[in-house]
Amino acid sequence: MGSQAVEVQGVSKRFRLYHEKYTSLKERVIHAGRIPYQDLWALRDVGFDVREGETLGILGRNGSGKSTLLKCICGVLQPTSGQVVVRGKLAGLLELGAGFQQELSGRENIYLNGSMLGLSKREVDRMFDDIVEFAELGQFIDNQVKFYSSGMYVRLGFAVAVNVDPDVLVIDEVLAVGDERFQRKCMERVKQFQREGRTILFVSHAPDLVRNLCDRAVVLADGEMVGMGAPGEAVRLFRERLLEAGDVLGAREAEGALDVASEEAPALAEGSDPIAPAGVGLAPAPMAAVASSAASATSDPAGAAIVPGTEPGLAQGAEARTHNGPGDSRPVRLVEVSSVLPTTSTRRYLLPGEPLTIRVAFESTRAVEGVVFQLDIRNDEGLGLFSTDTEALGVRCDVQPGPGTFEFRLESVPLLDGAYDVNLGVQTSSGLSDWREPACRFEVMNPGRSTGAVAIPVQAALVGGGALSVARDGLAVPADGTVVR
Amino acid sequence: MALEAPAQPPDAGTAGVTSVLTGEGSIATRPKTTRVVSAHTSVLARLKEIWRARELLVYLVRTEIKVKYKNSVLGLLWSMVSPALTLAVYTMVFGVFLKNGMPNFVIYLFSGLLLWNFFSTGILTATGVVVNNAGLVKKVSFPREILALAAIGSAGVFFFFQACVMVIFMVALQWAPAWPLLYLVLVALVPTLVLSCALGILLAAVNVYMRDTQHLVTVLVGSAWFWACPIVYSFQETLAPRLAAHGLGWLYFLNPLTILVMTYQRVLYGRLTVHSTEPTHAVLHILPHWPVTTYLWGDGVVLVFAAALFYVAMGVFGRLAGNFAEEL
Repeated sequence: MGSQAVEVQGVSKRFRLYHEKYTSLKERVIHAGRIPYQDLWALRDVGFDVREGETLGILGRNGSGKSTLLKCICGVLQPTSGQVVVRGKLAGLLELGAGFQQELSGRENIYLNGSMLGLSKREVDRMFDDIVEFAELGQFIDNQVKFYSSGMYVRLGFAVAVNVDPDVLVIDEVLAVGDERFQRKCMERVKQFQREGRTILFVSHAPDLVRNLCDRAVVLADGEMVGMGAPGEAVRLFRERLLEAGDVLGAREAEGALDVASEEAPALAEGSDPIAPAGVGLAPAPMAAVASSAASATSDPAGAAIVPGTEPGLAQGAEARTHNGPGDSRPVRLVEVSSVLPTTSTRRYLLPGEPLTIRVAFESTRAVEGVVFQLDIRNDEGLGLFSTDTEALGVRCDVQPGPGTFEFRLESVPLLDGAYDVNLGVQTSSGLSDWREPACRFEVMNPGRSTGAVAIPVQAALVGGGALSVARDGLAVPADGTVVR
Repeated sequence: MALEAPAQPPDAGTAGVTSVLTGEGSIATRPKTTRVVSAHTSVLARLKEIWRARELLVYLVRTEIKVKYKNSVLGLLWSMVSPALTLAVYTMVFGVFLKNGMPNFVIYLFSGLLLWNFFSTGILTATGVVVNNAGLVKKVSFPREILALAAIGSAGVFFFFQACVMVIFMVALQWAPAWPLLYLVLVALVPTLVLSCALGILLAAVNVYMRDTQHLVTVLVGSAWFWACPIVYSFQETLAPRLAAHGLGWLYFLNPLTILVMTYQRVLYGRLTVHSTEPTHAVLHILPHWPVTTYLWGDGVVLVFAAALFYVAMGVFGRLAGNFAEEL
């Protein structure tokens, strides 16, 4: 006991999935004893402790059992086996305003909700003003809750939960609500809770938020706990898991949700590149345009579908490959493009600041002089991060007939978390010879605490007026946490 | 489900909650209660938890009543108007068309109906209460039995209002109850309350898994059980002689509500035999000539039965409650 606020002891939860749900007596009798079902273990022997005053993150993709675990901790669900011991008052934010009664006024709901969280009337009396102030409801407090806007509703829900003075606060993805200002206020309150030494359990599939807030994090995958550790480590593990599952899309989704709202969206909007904001929707449109213009340009149905050179823009790699005639004007073809990580280890991702090599295997039908290789790196929203070509780099390439290999050696990739697309093109004097989009992909994982898009090496220093403080997890923060190994 | 037991300092429960947050260190040092969430929790632990949440019970009852009559012009008055209308109908039927000859039949009817309404409204609302509050049950943790108890509680409030109507009737008709037996009103109320809670909790849980329960209960309680109680007719006058002829008089009293309803009639109607209002002026045997102790014993037996049922209901609810959130 002592300093453990929450002990999760070998918790398993089984759900029975009935292929057909029979809830009426008639159906039960008819199908008695042979209702087909499947056991689904939403949680399997999950066990960990949360120390008092600690902020613990729970990471996992959709369906990994995060919410089930939180519900077990809150007591909404009973574990099939194992138990959860909670010391102190627990306030769960599984859903904001879940206990509200539509017909009652905001004032009445505060009392109702407070008593649901285990408060007496006197205690709610004492906090009432704080709650109303935090929720910014003003004179609307005496209106029926059903007339509230969704924002007011959610604000009131959050205000009640955080003002009830809990020892343990459980938050399930609810910080993404309200406008930006209210979000900031919520975060501020969460941080205040941390300072006050309250225990917080925090579920998110936004790794950045976990990295930012948590002292430790647990990673769940398919109901099992695959790891627990410092947030950076946990986020790395989480993303590794996603990669293992071959679920790059999942990884991007996971990055997406909150990041768009909090960090990347402003960055996107402020981008100097005028195309940037439209970047997300940019890709499909030009391709369609190319295809149609190519079709209209074709006079001979059996011949070349695309007249090369007339479209220097984005001829699709795939389309180009389907066209397999010798095509004198398109002598150089890409065979394979791969990203070569610097380490010989089994790691499948890059750390911020590590070097990366893009290796291009190509084939030429004849000797060509002045071949230009183009490199283009984009993030998962299609925002261009880096583009260059051999011409710009002042490198002249003359290729021989037959296979060949070319390399772009990036000395350092100063990017933070994300999956990045590499597009590659080959151009000859007669125009674009081949283009692949995406040609390959690489991942960067950030073990440190900093968030954002770019890894900027940074030193934190107090110049006079006190001593340098120590980071929350007991380690002095090196650089910005980019930890270049 | 969730069990709260005081941690290191005994009685930390109340102390912990009231301690005001004063500084940074207080969170760590203030006493805390320990709560265990596991698959099996004892009935006693569940009862304790319900006791802890008693204030929530009050709020839920209040909410239910407020919500029920929100936006209606007459508001709470409806809780008095509707039984008055029922009474009017029954009085018309049995006092005018199908004359049973009972003087001030409305008082007899009301004394039985008063208790019956409490019982039936209570368990009828309680049956659907977990399903109807699915949103709450899925997202907020609190002893779920409270929901069923709140349904019984609000039925209790309506009982109170109807009792007021009853008093008005008695004053208006200048009908005196059996004054020395007035305490029996409370004596019979306790077993009714426990029985309602037991059945309410049981049915609320079962209804989550078999939604038929709701309909079944409506049919059974609304008609069959109602007519099995001597509310609109007098047991002594109509059924007793016939059952007694076969030695089956006891059968009727297997219905736990019979004796409770009769207790109310004994007190509030107060007459064992009356002269018919018909021209014959025949003697009507409204209630059996029992000593008071018979009523006390009868009510006591029902109370014991109800308490046993309550324990079973709590056990069943405890077993089923763990999966409410996923079943809803």
